[in-house]
Amino acid sequence: MSFPWAQHYEPKHPFMRYMDERLPLPRLVYNAIGGGYPVPRNLNYFWNFGVLAGLALVLQILTGVILAMHYAANQAVAFGSIEHIMRDVNWGWMLRYMHANGASFFFIVVYIHIFRGLYYGSYKAPREMVWLLGIVIFLLMMATAFMGYVLPWGQMSFWGAKVITSLFGAIPVVGESIQVWLLGGYAPDNAALNRFFSLHYLLPFVIAGVVILKIWALHIPGSSNPTGVEVKSPQDTVPFHPYFTAKDGFGVGIFLLLYVVMVFFAPNYLGHPDNYIEANPLSTPALIVPEWYFWPFYAMLRAFTVDFILPAKLWGVLAMFSAILLLFFLTWIDRSPVRSTNYRPLYKPFFWVLVLDVLVLGYCGGSHAEEPYLMISQIATMYYFAHFLIILPIVSAIERPKPLPNSISESVLHGEEKESAPLGAGGVLPGTQPQPAE
Amino acid sequence: MATVEHQQREEALAEEQGHRRRDFINIAAVSFAGVGAAAVVVPVISQMAPSADVLAGATTEVDLSAIQPGQAVKTIFRKQPLFVRQLTPKEIAEANAVPTSSLRDPQSLADRTKPGKQQWLITMGVCTHLGCVPLGAGEGENKGPFGGYFCPCHGSAYDTAARIRQGPAPKNLEVPDYVFRSDTKIEVGAKA
Amino acid sequence: MVRIIGFFVGLGFCLVLAIAFFTGAYNHITNPPAETAEKEFHLHPKPLALESNGPFGKYDRAQLQRGFQVFKEVCSACHSLKYVAFRDLRDLGYSEAEVKAIADQWVIQQPSVNPDTGEPSTRKSLPADRFPAPFANEVAARAANNNAVPPDLSLMAKARENGPAYIHSLLTGYRDQPAELLKKFPATKTPEGLHYNPYFPNLNLAMPPPLVSDGQVTYADGTKATVDQMSTDVSAFLAWTAEPKLERRHAIGVAAFVFLLVFSVLTYMAYQNIWASKKRELANA
Repeated sequence: MSFPWAQHYEPKHPFMRYMDERLPLPRLVYNAIGGGYPVPRNLNYFWNFGVLAGLALVLQILTGVILAMHYAANQAVAFGSIEHIMRDVNWGWMLRYMHANGASFFFIVVYIHIFRGLYYGSYKAPREMVWLLGIVIFLLMMATAFMGYVLPWGQMSFWGAKVITSLFGAIPVVGESIQVWLLGGYAPDNAALNRFFSLHYLLPFVIAGVVILKIWALHIPGSSNPTGVEVKSPQDTVPFHPYFTAKDGFGVGIFLLLYVVMVFFAPNYLGHPDNYIEANPLSTPALIVPEWYFWPFYAMLRAFTVDFILPAKLWGVLAMFSAILLLFFLTWIDRSPVRSTNYRPLYKPFFWVLVLDVLVLGYCGGSHAEEPYLMISQIATMYYFAHFLIILPIVSAIERPKPLPNSISESVLHGEEKESAPLGAGGVLPGTQPQPAE
Repeated sequence: MATVEHQQREEALAEEQGHRRRDFINIAAVSFAGVGAAAVVVPVISQMAPSADVLAGATTEVDLSAIQPGQAVKTIFRKQPLFVRQLTPKEIAEANAVPTSSLRDPQSLADRTKPGKQQWLITMGVCTHLGCVPLGAGEGENKGPFGGYFCPCHGSAYDTAARIRQGPAPKNLEVPDYVFRSDTKIEVGAKA
Repeated sequence: MVRIIGFFVGLGFCLVLAIAFFTGAYNHITNPPAETAEKEFHLHPKPLALESNGPFGKYDRAQLQRGFQVFKEVCSACHSLKYVAFRDLRDLGYSEAEVKAIADQWVIQQPSVNPDTGEPSTRKSLPADRFPAPFANEVAARAANNNAVPPDLSLMAKARENGPAYIHSLLTGYRDQPAELLKKFPATKTPEGLHYNPYFPNLNLAMPPPLVSDGQVTYADGTKATVDQMSTDVSAFLAWTAEPKLERRHAIGVAAFVFLLVFSVLTYMAYQNIWASKKRELANA
C-alpha cells in the first residue's frame, strides 16, 4: 500500500477473481493485514497491543450483545436480572464474568499501547492522525466503561453515577442544570439507567468505526518501529502476513491465557464487593471508588483540595479533563525530531518517572481520600502536568539525541533490537540499494 | 564419493523432515485456533436456550374437580393456552363414530386421552395452522361445525376430540404430556 | 503557541496543587486527624479454610447441607434469600422429592392471590419458587427489628471483602466491649440495642448474636454442632448461595487454561518457524 515493493493481491481461484472485480473485500483485507502490508521487521512485543486491543473490543461487543439479550434496564429489576444471568441463563455466569473482566483487560492493553506510543514517539509526524484517533477511542472507551459499570445497579453503580455526574455540577452557572439533564432527574434513576444502557450499547460500535479510521490512517505512513527511523528499503520490512500474524497469534495466546485466569479463578478480584449490594439511595458506601482503570484520573480529581480563585471542585474537574485533553496536543508540544526514546538520553528518565507517577496516582486514587494519599497525589499530579507541559517542551529543545541508525536493517544487524528477528550473517549491509520485491 | 553423495542425501532428507515438522506445527497452531473458536460457539448458542428458571416452570398442575361434563377451562402451560375439557357421553360417541381413516391426521379419541379417563380431553389451545387460539373452550364461544373448537383466524374447525376436520390446519390440536396424579388432579408437562 | 499556552496551563495547575499541598501539610501537622475507635479496634476476618477455596476448590456437599440447616433454623427467621430458588438446592445433593418436601414444608409461605376473592393470600412454595422473604416489605422488616433491616443473604459472601471468612468471624466475634476501648474512647460505649463486634466495620451491630450455644441445631448427619461448626457451615452455605456455579467455573477454567497453554506454545513455535525461514532467505540473498 504505502511502499512500492508491497506485494500485490493476485486472486488465483476464479471465484476470488470474480469477487475481486465486484466487491474487492479480500483485496482490502490482504492490503490491510495480509501479505500486502509491509511492516518494519524490527517490531518488538509492544507492537502486539494494537491487535490485542482490537481483540478485546470484539470480545466485549460479542459478550455484551449476548448479555443485552438477558439484561433488563429498569431500576426495579436490573440488579435481579444480573443475578438471573449469573444463576439461570445457560453459561450466563461465564459470559458476564468475561464481559466484566474483558473491560479491565481492554484497559490494560490500551494503557500499554498508549505508553508504547509515548515511548516510541508514535504521536509524531506523519502519524499524528493515528494518535489523535487513538485518544478519541480512549475517551469513548472511558464513557462506555463508566456507563457499563452503572448497569448492574449495585451500590457502586449508583454512587459512581452520582459522583461522576456531579462533576458536571462544578461548571459555573449551568452546571447543575447539565447534571439534572444528564440524569433526567435529580438523582440516578430509571431515566439515567435507560439512557446509559442505550449509549453503552451504541458507543462500542462508534469505537469500532473509529478503529477502522485509525487503521486506515495508520496504513498511509505504515507502522512505526522501535528505532523511529522510517522505512527506507525492502530489507527494512516484512509482509504483515505471515510474519506478524504469527507473532500476533502468540500474543493472543498469552493474552487469552491471562484473561482465562482472571475470568475463571478470580472473576471478582478487579471488581468491588459493594457492587453486589443493590443500589440504595439512602446509604453511601464507606469508600466510593471507580473501577481501577479510572483511579489515576480520580486521584487527580481529588488532589485539588483548596479553593483558589476557582472552587476546588472545579479545579479538580478541569485538571482531570485536561490530563486527557493535553494528549491531543502532544505532537505540537514535543518538537524533538527523534521519535524513539531509546535515542533520547535526557528524556528517557523522565518517561520512566511518568510511568511510575501514573502508577502512584492509580494507587492513591483507589485509596481513602485522607493523608498521606492526598499529599502524594498532589505531588504526583503536579509531576503529571509538569511532565507534559513544562519538562517535555524544554527537554525536546535542549536535548542532544544519540546518533540514529542509518536504517532499520542496519539496526537489526547490529543487534540493537534484541526481540526482533536477527538478520543472518549474510544479511544486507547498510547502503545497499533497495531491491525490487520478488 | 559415495559417502559424500550419501551425506548430501541425508542432509536433504533432514531438511525435508524439518520442513514437514515446521509445516505440521503451523497447521497445528491454526487448527487449535479453529478448535478454540468452535468451542466458543457452544456457550454463544446455548445461552439462547431456555434458562433454568424457565425450565423449572415447565410443569403445571391442574385441578379437575370443578369442571363439569360439557365444560372446558383455559389455563396456561409453558406460557401457552391449555384447554382442559370434560366431554359429555354424546361428545364421546360423536368422536368415536368418525372412521379414523377418513381423517386428515388419523387418531382415535382413545389415542388422545388416557385409558379409563376418556372424558378428559387435554389439548394445547394453539391452532396447528399458524398458532392462533381457537374458540370453543370459553362459555358461549363458537365451537364450529364439528362441536369442538373453531379457529377464527383462517376457519380451521376441530371436532369433539379436537381433531382437524375442516380448514387449513394440518394437524389435530396437540396433546401435551401429562399424568394423572389423582382422579381430580393432572400434572401437565410430566411424563409417566 | 501551543507550547506557550500549555506551559502556563501546566504552571497554573502546579501552583494550585502546591498551595493545596502546603495547606494540607500544614493542617495535617497543626491539626492531626483524631484517632478513632473503628481504626484501632476493628479486626480483619480470621482466615477460614473452605473446600471451595483455591483454583480447584469444590463444595463439600455435607457441609452445605448442614449450613442450609443452620440457615433454615436460625437465619431465615429474619433474613431473606431472594435470589436463590428451592430447585437450586438439588446442587446440595438433595433429590427432586426432597427439594419438593423442603419447599412444601417451608414455614414462611409465598405471597399469592386468593383465586376466588382476589384478596392477597399465601400459598405453599414449589421447587420453582425462590425463597420467600420473612418480611413483606422493608417497613415491616424495620419495624420488627429495632429499626435495622436484616440484609438479604443471597450475595453476602461476595458483597463483603473476603466474604465467607467475614461471615464466620462476625458470627463468632461477639464479645463484651474491651475496657481499654471504653477508657480511650468513652463516647463510643455500645448503645442500647446494639452489640459489640470487632469484625463489624463500625464495631456496633444491630443483629444480636444468632449462634449462642453448642447444640442449637441438631445436625441430621450427627456432626457435633458447636458454635464454631455451625458458623463455619453456614458461611460455606452462603459462599454457595453467592456463587452457585463455582465448581463449573473451576472445571471449565482448568480446561481452558490447559488448552490455551498448548495453543500458546504452538503459536510460539509457529512464530519462530516462520521467522526462521525469513532468516535463511536473507542469509542466502
